[in-house]
Amino acid sequence: MLGRLSTDALPFYSWVALSGAVITVVTFIAVIGLITRFGKWGYLWREWLTSLDHKRIGIMYVLLALVMLLRGFVDAAMMRAQQAVAHNSDGYLPPEHFDQIFSSHGTIMVFFMAMPFLTGLINIIMPQQIGARDVAFPFLNSASLGLTAAGAGLVLISLVIGRFSTAGWTGYPPYSGVTTNPGVGVDYWIWAIQLSGIGTTLSGINFIVTILKRRAPGMTLLRMPLFCWTTLASSTLMIFAFPALTVATALLALDRVFGMHFFTNADGGNLMNYINLFWIWGHPEVYILILPAFGIYSQVVANFSAKSLFGYKSLVFATMAIALLSFTVWLHHFFTMGASANVNAFFGIATMVIAVPTGVKVFDWLLTMFRGRITFHPAMLWTLGFIVTFVIGGMTGVLLALPPADYLMHNSTFLVAHFHNMLIPGALFGYLAGYMYWFPKAFGFTLDQRWGKRAFWCWIIGFYLAFMPLYALGFMGMARRMEHYEIAAWQPFLVTAALGATVIAIGLACLAIQLLVSIRNRANNRDLTGDPWDGRTLEWLTTSPPAPYNFALIPHVHHFDAFHEMKLRGVAYTRPTRYEDILLPRNTGAGVVLGGFAFIFGFAVVWHIWWAAIAALVGILVTVIARSFCDRIEFLVPASEIEEIENRRFLNLSKGNAL
Amino acid sequence: MKDTGAPEKRRSNTYAAGYVLALLLTAIPFGLAATNLVPRATALAIIAIAAILQILVHLRYFLHLRLRATAPERILALAFAGILILIMIGGSLWIMFDLHHRMWI
Repeated sequence: MLGRLSTDALPFYSWVALSGAVITVVTFIAVIGLITRFGKWGYLWREWLTSLDHKRIGIMYVLLALVMLLRGFVDAAMMRAQQAVAHNSDGYLPPEHFDQIFSSHGTIMVFFMAMPFLTGLINIIMPQQIGARDVAFPFLNSASLGLTAAGAGLVLISLVIGRFSTAGWTGYPPYSGVTTNPGVGVDYWIWAIQLSGIGTTLSGINFIVTILKRRAPGMTLLRMPLFCWTTLASSTLMIFAFPALTVATALLALDRVFGMHFFTNADGGNLMNYINLFWIWGHPEVYILILPAFGIYSQVVANFSAKSLFGYKSLVFATMAIALLSFTVWLHHFFTMGASANVNAFFGIATMVIAVPTGVKVFDWLLTMFRGRITFHPAMLWTLGFIVTFVIGGMTGVLLALPPADYLMHNSTFLVAHFHNMLIPGALFGYLAGYMYWFPKAFGFTLDQRWGKRAFWCWIIGFYLAFMPLYALGFMGMARRMEHYEIAAWQPFLVTAALGATVIAIGLACLAIQLLVSIRNRANNRDLTGDPWDGRTLEWLTTSPPAPYNFALIPHVHHFDAFHEMKLRGVAYTRPTRYEDILLPRNTGAGVVLGGFAFIFGFAVVWHIWWAAIAALVGILVTVIARSFCDRIEFLVPASEIEEIENRRFLNLSKGNAL
Repeated sequence: MKDTGAPEKRRSNTYAAGYVLALLLTAIPFGLAATNLVPRATALAIIAIAAILQILVHLRYFLHLRLRATAPERILALAFAGILILIMIGGSLWIMFDLHHRMWI
């Protein structure tokens, strides 16, 4: 009846796992309790969960990302603490639990922190930047969010019921195969990324169609803000790369559940093909994460230097070159796994070539700042911190691109330091810059700058303290993922790294305090004009937060930096003589229902509860069919209501001295 | 595109033709794999060709792509997809055949 599920699944195997489970359950009950206590279920359902408004969906994505950032960071802090004390001792984590933690840290940070964060920011901002009223497929957007949340839910519940994978975030067979790993951990991992991966593919399609079909009149491709270009590139990578991951993990699931032999060395299987397929997705994924952040940096650096972006076209071409080249380098993740010298040389050279367009971008950002009037807003600090730190990481990357050097450093902490050096400044700093830059657009008041700057300094100092020692440890021969070690010389470095993690923890606390302080002082930090930073692109033309329809009249674009040019000509805030009715997507609960069924399906397959899995699949099918028969998918905002909203907007504009 | 006849009729005709071709191109590989009629290497080659033809049938009859009549940016997108597929499949074949001699089976 319940498949493999029994009371043995509860985490009584270690006190650390048990307290993790208790904290998760207590937090969950507390959130449910608070919502019930304040009677907010109806509000939550009507205004948020069923909303098809791209801005609301984006905010929910970012919220999911911030929650998962906290969870992923706790994993990281636990690993740093373990390695700081585990010299000639077992530390406080049993090996099996340590393995779960490094697996869940990687899985969470890539799939459930970075992906939702960038998808959320794109959702909130990109349609406004191209002068659109919503994304091309609003319901698909809600379904993507439901699927991503279902995947995140599977990772979270694995802490309480059963265990998570111990096979690392990459899940290489044969170790992730059923003979060596018969438990539920790998299954949790497979279905969590399977569900969120489908959500991501759908998001990618949605963003591409939106950019190609929903641009305002005059917004030619080469007038789009750079964030839209990087979104286009990143979405292209999503729809071409994610199928490889979906297929690889689906075949692994077939091996595990039905005893097939795609990746076992019996009956013609070959585990190397898993590694090949995984990295066909895995390397483009790096650029899926980094390119949107590049777009954010480009917006921020131009805005806070009060200059037009330097070398716009070269940035566009560099972005597209990176997008194509990112598909030609995947073997560098497994140089040491038996490829011959010719193959290694090809992929090594391709890897070095990709540093060239990235270098072009760095020079463009530097030259944008050159002779600009720079404002040191927190978003700009993240950008400056990124430029310096990312160049260091890029150089260690070119070093690792040399196959002979990679043979020495493969799987060492040098590699760990390298990819954190790319992804923390290259992706996370960018998302945080976007968060601080666009927060007033989403919520109507600005974030406290003092706490934002403190958060930045803690993060960047903490980053150097935590990861520079890992470069040194890699040279000293320390392998990654070690639960304990015997070499005394390593310990001072690992203690320093743990100290760095502590400083980053303070940085996270600063982010939380910043949010609380800003909410408390929101009356003083209102963004009346919708344009708090003297912005240059169209998202700053709307109110903050934008009306549900974004633009009462779709703007006509005549220039790159469209909004800046409108302000120069004095036509940014011309009042139309009359308004027209606008059609907007009507709310639907179908996305939530799909997510719920997907979660039940994943959970049921993990525990081999086949009847529930089939029932959930039927539920998904019925929901999709029922939704496709729904004719009333839009509602009309009458011109009179729009006039009322717009009159309030012009009142606020004159209060904010924008007119 | 030249507009002749009722559009619904024309469309349902192309869908029917596409459906028959798609079924045929699915039946042939399944039949070859199930019956062992031809040697293994020939069967693999025929299956590969049927797969490529299948893709072309889908593009022609279901997505209604015509080289001359379709907007250039769509052809460009298709070409981009083609390049990526060549890189992925070509690269995978290169890598896996290069590794093959290390598989002791």
